[in-house]
Amino acid sequence: MKKLPPQAVILSLLTGQAQAALNFNLQSPVTPIAHQIYNLHTLILLVCLLIFFVVFGFMFYALFKHRKSTGHQASHFHQNFRLEVIWTLIPFLILIGIAIPTTKTVLAMKNVEHSDMNIKVTGHQWMWEYEYLGEGVRYVSNLGTPRDQIDNKVVKGAHYLLEVDRPLVVPTGKKVRILLTSADVIHSWWLPQFGVKQDAIPGFIHEAWFQVEKPGTYRGQCAELCGVGHGFMPIVVEALPPEQYDDWLKTQKISLAETSSTSSKTYTLAELTMHGEKVYLSRCAACHQANGQGIAGMFPPLIDGAPFSAGAGVTTPLAERGFWKDGKVVLGSKERHLDILMNGITGTAMQPMAAQLSDFDIAAVVSYERNSWGNKTGDTIQPAEVAALRKGVAK
Amino acid sequence: MTAIALDSHEHDHPSGIRRWLTTTNHKDIGTLYLCFSFAMFLFAGALAMLVRTELFEPGLQFFQPNLFNQLTTMHGLIMIFGAIMPAFVGFANWQIPLMIGAPDMAFPRLNNWSFWLLPMAALLLLGSFLVPGGAVAGGWTMYPPLYIQGGIGYDMTIFAIHIMGLSSIIGSINIITTILNLRAPGMIMMKIPMFVWTWLITAYLLVAVMPVLASAVTMLLTDRHFGTHFFNAAGGGDPVMFQHIFWFFGHPEVYIMILPAFGILSTIIPTFSRKPLFGYHSMVYATASIAILSFVVWAHHMFTVGMPAAGQLFFMYTTMLIAVPTGVKVFNWIATMWQGAISFETPMLFSVAVICLFTIGGFSGLVLAVVPVDIQLQDTYYVVAHFHYVLFSGAAMSIMAGVYYWLPKWTGHMYNETLGQWHFWLTAIAFNITFFPMHFTGLAGMPRRVPDYALQFAEFNMISSIGAFVLGASQLLFLYIVVKCIRGGMPAGEKPWDGADTLEWTLPSPVPYHTFETAPVIR
Repeated sequence: MKKLPPQAVILSLLTGQAQAALNFNLQSPVTPIAHQIYNLHTLILLVCLLIFFVVFGFMFYALFKHRKSTGHQASHFHQNFRLEVIWTLIPFLILIGIAIPTTKTVLAMKNVEHSDMNIKVTGHQWMWEYEYLGEGVRYVSNLGTPRDQIDNKVVKGAHYLLEVDRPLVVPTGKKVRILLTSADVIHSWWLPQFGVKQDAIPGFIHEAWFQVEKPGTYRGQCAELCGVGHGFMPIVVEALPPEQYDDWLKTQKISLAETSSTSSKTYTLAELTMHGEKVYLSRCAACHQANGQGIAGMFPPLIDGAPFSAGAGVTTPLAERGFWKDGKVVLGSKERHLDILMNGITGTAMQPMAAQLSDFDIAAVVSYERNSWGNKTGDTIQPAEVAALRKGVAK
Repeated sequence: MTAIALDSHEHDHPSGIRRWLTTTNHKDIGTLYLCFSFAMFLFAGALAMLVRTELFEPGLQFFQPNLFNQLTTMHGLIMIFGAIMPAFVGFANWQIPLMIGAPDMAFPRLNNWSFWLLPMAALLLLGSFLVPGGAVAGGWTMYPPLYIQGGIGYDMTIFAIHIMGLSSIIGSINIITTILNLRAPGMIMMKIPMFVWTWLITAYLLVAVMPVLASAVTMLLTDRHFGTHFFNAAGGGDPVMFQHIFWFFGHPEVYIMILPAFGILSTIIPTFSRKPLFGYHSMVYATASIAILSFVVWAHHMFTVGMPAAGQLFFMYTTMLIAVPTGVKVFNWIATMWQGAISFETPMLFSVAVICLFTIGGFSGLVLAVVPVDIQLQDTYYVVAHFHYVLFSGAAMSIMAGVYYWLPKWTGHMYNETLGQWHFWLTAIAFNITFFPMHFTGLAGMPRRVPDYALQFAEFNMISSIGAFVLGASQLLFLYIVVKCIRGGMPAGEKPWDGADTLEWTLPSPVPYHTFETAPVIR
């Protein structure tokens, strides 16, 4: 992003050159509910503006006409019963006028009956997981913006921070019901153009719905502070015409079958660490940092011998698994390493990743962690080992 | 024997630090509160400057997200509990005894303690920046389960809140007792100045809700360390229950921070309009109704948690209802100015600006009360704009108005009127440059509490940051004006404002150390 001097910004505002780029209002709605919200907002804004100008018209009239410096003499009235009753009742009536259309929209928003399809949305620190219920299709959607753009090393793209690796795909014209929950802390799934914002709360499932009117790519973000990655877990929805959507769903099912076959292949350490680095940067680096140093007092480093102190809630489970001793991180056994990654550590921010990552991803990222930043175990973990562990989990 | 002991006490005036540590004088304690709150105001303001520095441009330039979240969280916590609330208690200590003709507060020693608890709490809160893991980074609302994840800084914050809550409760009981029992003969309840009325009602709110906050954070503490599951669904708890409890405290808290501000406005506007306050009785009733309604609107902060339609509608209707008594107040102030003989000294300039800007905050509150629109705007910059319009241009600017208004009485010197007006215009204009564009960024879809943002929000964020830097720098001018006024200046005389009619203006300026030892008689 090129640097604009502040004068240039103000100047461009004044000359109206920036008008096209500046958004002063809600994003253009694409669902029936979002249209209603847009109109409600316009209505209330106009009512407020009208009241503002009438009321402050009186005030500014007094400020100009009833000044001491113009020699105005103060009168001494200090009550007027009729006036006070009138200006209590009028706002009351205006509020009733606003409440009636609003109530209708609230009831429509809450009506999730007769949906055409259901998608379960799970919030994670810091990504969204989508599951097409009854279709067997499930995947995770991560921030697509490269780290270098965030760190200002390269030019930022047009959809900076509002792009993902795999968008949620939905058909247009169908009533889509989403079921929201979370795996860790509270997140909020917000898509402005749909008029949907619903908190994802761990341990509970809440509903919302939308019916997209026209095909397109729509962008939103997590709206509830959920930790250090809160600003970096966008939501992208691609709305396709129903036929194209059906095709897309079919290809998803095919590629799902293909990924399960990669488990049998054997990889070299170089192949594993190369893929592992990608997985690490997109999934692990938010807490453990790209350099493996973690964040002091919160997220442990992954480097053998690195000093780390934190509350007993974090260090005790690490010590039990052989990964922490006397204020230092220890690189424990690879079995335990896989266990932590796949099953998480209950009660900490370390969540189970087994369901979110493929066998190849897990094998690669553990191989990468055990052979990076000064860790030199030489361990290569193959997808087949992960697959075997999964069977053990299923048992 | 008692008489002798009292006599020697009269003449025992420790000086230096011992005077301030041991003082039981309401004026000294009021000064301590005001100085403490100003220091916290500058500190939390500096945190806001850092936040705006990071948000000047898209991308991460200065602070990583973890530190950024600490900055926003601590800015909120310190401004609310360290700056705004103690400032109003400072006014209460100075003004309530003077305005009702009492010699001091009802419990002078408790008064000393309720102040000296605060620096201890501040030490814990500020010290949390230095511990492993840093300060609280989960937002001032402290929602679990995120709050459960933090380090020891989170526990320090919980204890700081306990201590500050204790201080507020003690202070409030003191204020209630003083107002109910120590009024001068003849001053019936419907004759006490509006500022005293608003503080009486505020004190009741504080006593009612601070224990609720204390219980909420205690449950967080036991969830963090003692294996309870109040807010953990896996153990049979509910994270949303915390939000209900928190906002049952949180919404009355909003009025705790604005009702005394209304009291200050209701004192200043009649003075500079040279006309009695319009509708004193309806003003009292409006304040009381706002306070009562504040207990039944809390869930409007939680419209997106997934409550049933009936819940959303109930909390929407009650929230909208608050617009009625608030409107009555604004109408009364304007009617007070109507047909007056208005002059524009600094306190009046601030007061007029507060009415205008607070009303903008009130209107955006009405927009946010409407559930479907709130669903779009919840947790966006629109909300940030809204609560800064009520808290900065409502509460903080009223405090500034009050400081300029009473400074001559407290110090015996006039402040520099030209500099005061400069401070006003810089503050009012910079405030709007900072926060008005946030309405647009919020509407356009920028979430709050993010360290980085998409490119379409860049222009407005840069404007906000520039405004914020000017706003921050202007407050150093305020500090200069106040210090200059304390050190010297034109003698203020007994009553520098010709329109003022409350009791403190019958006393000499600066006010003697002991006042109203013989109660004045009100006719």
